[in-house]
Amino acid sequence: MATLEITTTVDAKGLSCPMPIVRTAQTVKTLPPGALVEVLATDPGSVKDFAAWSRSTGHELVEQSVDGPVYRFVIRRK
Amino acid sequence: MDEPINLVLFSGTDDRLQAAAVLAAGAAALGKPVNIFLQYWALDAFRADRISGDHGLAPEAGAAGRDAVAALRVAGQASWADTLRQAKELGGVDIQACSLSMDLLRIEQGELDPLVDGVEGVTAFYLNAGEGQLVFI
Repeated sequence: MATLEITTTVDAKGLSCPMPIVRTAQTVKTLPPGALVEVLATDPGSVKDFAAWSRSTGHELVEQSVDGPVYRFVIRRK
Repeated sequence: MDEPINLVLFSGTDDRLQAAAVLAAGAAALGKPVNIFLQYWALDAFRADRISGDHGLAPEAGAAGRDAVAALRVAGQASWADTLRQAKELGGVDIQACSLSMDLLRIEQGELDPLVDGVEGVTAFYLNAGEGQLVFI
């Protein structure tokens, strides 16, 4: 599988709800449509939160994975 | 256009203000307009010279609750005021002081933190609230 071209990474590790989403929303606003944003978070609530945020805002959740305590999401700005 | 989420903040303790700030920031991240109306002790907590201070916790917190909240703070959790500042950066968050509470607490607008956008009465608040949900905290 080809590696996605990440535009920006949001390091939200250690931040509690809802800051991972807030930081991501702030970052996404500054980027052009189609840009890929990687988010790293340790808040367990972020799994459902990013799914819900993606559904609600239309920014596509193109990848998600977990590595130990760190959740990784890749979002494509709509 | 989404209907706004409307939060009426009454309590001035840090835990309730934190819970309210989280609700506001989450809604702002979803792109929903958020109207916040500050009454009584919540308004008092938004005084510029007090906003960074310790506002205590709700009585049900108890000693264990105080320890848990303190541990989160040590771990770097954003304060409720910082959470609201970030929510406002996303746009769509309007914070208004209740004019009756301003009179009650003898507060002038210049004494409030810049997070507060203005002063309004309950009628203006309802008008802006439209058909959106209303939460009282």
